[in-house]
Amino acid sequence: MRNSRVITLALGAVLAAAPAGAQDGADTGVPATPPERVVSMNLCTDQLAMMLADEGQLHSVSYLSQQARGSALVEQARQYVPNRGLAEEIYLMAPDLVIAGSFSDRTTLDMLRRLDVPVAVFEPAGSLADISDRLRRMGEVLHREDAAARMVARFDARLAELATQAPPEGDRPSAALYSANGWSSGGRTLPGQIVTAAGFDLVADDFGLAWGGFLPLELLAMSDPDAVITGQSYPADSRAEEILDHPVVAHLKRDSMRGIVSDQDWSCGTPLVLDAIARLSNARLAATGARR
Amino acid sequence: MSRLMLALSALVLALVAAALVIGPANAPYGDSLAALFVDDGTPLTLVMREIRLPRAILALVIGASLGMAGAAMQGYLRNPLADPGLIGVSASAALGAVLAIQTGLAAAFAFGLPLAALAGAVLGVLLVLALAGPRGASITLILAGIVVSSLAGALTSLVLNLSPNPFAASEIVFWMMGSLADRSMDHVWLALPLIALGLALLATLTRGLDALTLGEDAAQALGVDLTRLRLTLVAGTAAVVGASTAVAGTIGFVGLVVPHLLRPFVGARPGALLWASALGGAAMLLAADILVRVVLPTKDLKLGVVTALVGAPLFLHLIYKTRRQMA
Repeated sequence: MRNSRVITLALGAVLAAAPAGAQDGADTGVPATPPERVVSMNLCTDQLAMMLADEGQLHSVSYLSQQARGSALVEQARQYVPNRGLAEEIYLMAPDLVIAGSFSDRTTLDMLRRLDVPVAVFEPAGSLADISDRLRRMGEVLHREDAAARMVARFDARLAELATQAPPEGDRPSAALYSANGWSSGGRTLPGQIVTAAGFDLVADDFGLAWGGFLPLELLAMSDPDAVITGQSYPADSRAEEILDHPVVAHLKRDSMRGIVSDQDWSCGTPLVLDAIARLSNARLAATGARR
Repeated sequence: MSRLMLALSALVLALVAAALVIGPANAPYGDSLAALFVDDGTPLTLVMREIRLPRAILALVIGASLGMAGAAMQGYLRNPLADPGLIGVSASAALGAVLAIQTGLAAAFAFGLPLAALAGAVLGVLLVLALAGPRGASITLILAGIVVSSLAGALTSLVLNLSPNPFAASEIVFWMMGSLADRSMDHVWLALPLIALGLALLATLTRGLDALTLGEDAAQALGVDLTRLRLTLVAGTAAVVGASTAVAGTIGFVGLVVPHLLRPFVGARPGALLWASALGGAAMLLAADILVRVVLPTKDLKLGVVTALVGAPLFLHLIYKTRRQMA
């Protein structure tokens, strides 16, 4: 009897709070004053925040950032408290700003907004051009606009420098990005743009897969690319990744530029992609230089 | 060789040729076959030898395995509803294969994968035969099959869900429905020895199964060793189904539909039905695999979907007929 009354009261409180929270959802997530206790709950926003946050400003990052499999900044991430993106644990951290990705759990974000926690949501970067934009936005929400502007300037300068090293149209070797289940990314995706920026033409683009798509193994073999770039495999075997060990892929990798894998630097739209582009560019120079 | 066998062999040969020349690369048929036999240094040879040839071989031998195993089980149990897929043998084999992959046994030892699938298949078939009883009445057989099938399927899903690999969970579909996409010659060498052994074992059942149509007592009077017959059936079925499932997942309905379709042509003699069903099964799986490549080349449509679309209506028809007979 008493228990049920408590539940009814609690339900009533949640229902009453819901409309108010829904109105807050429309804000841009930029706090009026510099946030002092920031929690980031997405691998990619973690990296942007770690790069731009002031001393002591960032409190927690997602647990994924502390795992070498996907994170490019493991050591740095270990200085912060890890979170698993659960509303309860994040609320108890008493943050004055939560930064999330657009793929973060919506119900979690709605719950945090209802509890009056400011939430800034970042779309993942889908191109190299998006990276400057995300850096500026991260600068805005952290009130670190100057640091962001300096980082954007450095990023643009180095990207332009790398672009001068790329060979002209018609003289570019072809490359195929190939990952689990035969997924191949094209020129309208971030990994695809990393490859084109390093001076390659993408096989996926020839097949109309600019946004990425499944490229049958036969078509990959017939296109006979100069380089096949596969990702790092996950622990434990899976049939989806077995295709990357198929004799055809092994054969295509044999005489093309070897040892190039899409690693942690490729997974997020941060200035770290510049390192990926530089490595890929060097591999191209080494291979084409040897051929001439 | 009867006219039926000649016709089926011709059909299988034609389908093998079609399986070799049809694919997303879309090269001229003549060039494709030439590239298969002569290494001309073009990527087409790579496609033919490393992609299409293993796929055609696997469709051929796995189809033959499933067809013959279905015919053998139906002959032994004298029950047209028996089929390794339906009574849970394939599902148990899949569980064995998944366990081998996830525990690292498959990587540690070359034949770990097919042997683990074989062990799963043996357990499955023994469990079903034990539950269904020696005569294998329809109702107990199907009920036991459903239980073993669902349990093995659930455990397979559990193992894949617990895997640290993020792709593993999505592979539940492969293990439940089966596919020959992107298989290589490695898979052929993995599966072929066990399949050959299993087919050879099942082929020895011809006389025993024919004698069994007269009843168990009459068969024994004719000199058929029933215990040995049963053991050979279990071992043969487990070997072909285990090896097939290990590389191609669970492909249902082939062992059910093919013997059913061919039975009238062999005068309902279960012995003669064995090799006819092997050829018929090969033809059905080759055709199904060509179909998935033509209809949705980039989507890896699962083989089990196609065989089920053909097989389920036939199965329903069978149940309907059985019901009328019982009434």
